[in-house]
Amino acid sequence: MSGVNSAPNSARKVGRVRQIGPAIVFGVAFLALWESAVRGFDLKPYFLAAPSKIGEQFFKNYSRIWEASAVSGGNALVGLVVGTVLGVAMSFILSRYRFLGELVTPLAIALNAIPIFVLVAILNNMYSITSEIPRRVMVTLVVYFIVLVNVAKGLTQVRSTHVELMRSYAASEFAILRKVRVPNAVPYLFTALKVAAPASVITAFVSEYFGGLQNGLGSRITSNIANSKNAAAWAYVLGACLLGLAFYTVSIILEGIARKGEAK
Amino acid sequence: MSALEVVGTSKIFNQGTAKQVDALVDVNLTVNPGEFVSLIGPSGCGKSTLLRLIANLLEPTSGSVSVNKKTAAQARLDQDYGMAFQQAGLFDWRTVSKNIELPLELKGWDKAKREARAKEMLELVKLPEFADLYPWQLSGGMQQRIAIARALAAHPPLLLMDEPFGALDEMTREYMQGELLRICGETSTTVVFVTHSIPEAVYLSNRVVVMSPRPGRITSVIDVDLGSKRNEDTRAADGFFRSITAVREALRGTHAEHAAANAIRGVEDR
Repeated sequence: MSGVNSAPNSARKVGRVRQIGPAIVFGVAFLALWESAVRGFDLKPYFLAAPSKIGEQFFKNYSRIWEASAVSGGNALVGLVVGTVLGVAMSFILSRYRFLGELVTPLAIALNAIPIFVLVAILNNMYSITSEIPRRVMVTLVVYFIVLVNVAKGLTQVRSTHVELMRSYAASEFAILRKVRVPNAVPYLFTALKVAAPASVITAFVSEYFGGLQNGLGSRITSNIANSKNAAAWAYVLGACLLGLAFYTVSIILEGIARKGEAK
Repeated sequence: MSALEVVGTSKIFNQGTAKQVDALVDVNLTVNPGEFVSLIGPSGCGKSTLLRLIANLLEPTSGSVSVNKKTAAQARLDQDYGMAFQQAGLFDWRTVSKNIELPLELKGWDKAKREARAKEMLELVKLPEFADLYPWQLSGGMQQRIAIARALAAHPPLLLMDEPFGALDEMTREYMQGELLRICGETSTTVVFVTHSIPEAVYLSNRVVVMSPRPGRITSVIDVDLGSKRNEDTRAADGFFRSITAVREALRGTHAEHAAANAIRGVEDR
């Protein structure tokens, strides 16, 4: 059995390497170019830190970066979950009462288009300075609108043939919701999550620039830059990138599980 | 006993407004059990509207529609008919088998019974090995066969079809016509079939109902006498061509009349 299986498996591995190989080569080449530019042109650390120095700082401050990531990531996660739940709930209400949708959707799209995380300054005034709530509320708001707009579209934009077919079966509105609208909206939800997951991380640490607790990735980046510790600031930036990537990866994996066997 | 009766039925959209459309005026049609009847006519003649009145997806403005000696509304509640559209309209997120089971789920059948029926229907449309695939893995013709299997899953006595083969290529289309006749013969299903194609209407039907637009109405009904056993030889038979000519002339009549009416009204025909 294993002899039969090993051939296609190794073939698949070769295929995988071919897929991601060029990206890895490019990344390594880019870092090498960066490193040699810093050394070759003798660039000062306050102008541009070398990747080797950033790496050194990253491993030296590993536990602090991890703690700061946990704070920013925690805020992002809370906001992501709450925003998604509220967004999905509201999209059901909007799809049930269309006139509400016509009122709310343009507003939601407009709010989505402006950088609403500046609201965090106002939220900071409303809560105590040691509270994580303003940041979480901010992430919730950002995620909420992304999820609301997409899921509402998925619930309402169903194929007319499907609706006619269900009516020909004398299906109730609830049955149409359960068997047509909800399954139709699932890919829209995951499209929204793929956008909302990285956005939640960005919002979580950009919110930290507006004051409040100094314990997250964003505030660590500013404080390190303020102390001219550029390489350390870059190490925190690296942490922020990894955190964003982690959120994005999880949203893709979730989508894969939810849509197993389906097209595209 | 008739399978379907349409009596003095009219359908007027936007009645009493500037946008009023007389989609159907005073239509009478009786279809006998086991009969295959096609509705043919130019765009806007109301053939799809008539099909939707029979399906109770639209309410008539006046007149009555009865299916199986019941009102159209009751027939819909009882799932006395199955329906197929130009788009197969399969659900991407359901396997082929689950797609066929959908009308049975809505009837509240239990799982084992549903699966057994889906298997039976897949054998009927000769696609038993595709049960666990998803619709996108099938060709257009196969998808349409699954849609027919779904329409017939609850064994309804009546099948309503709205240009089901309109999106298929000619070869697939002729194959599907043969398959449809075989399936309906085996299940003794009554069929009302909307089409744009004269050869398709003639090949499939016992009777071809010719319709005309503005206002939508039935202008003639042509009996097709090709017997009950039809095969590829039928397409070369004299009777086949005679019937095609008869339908074509009936359609031309409606067209000439239509053009003349427009000329009088000074309306350009698209």
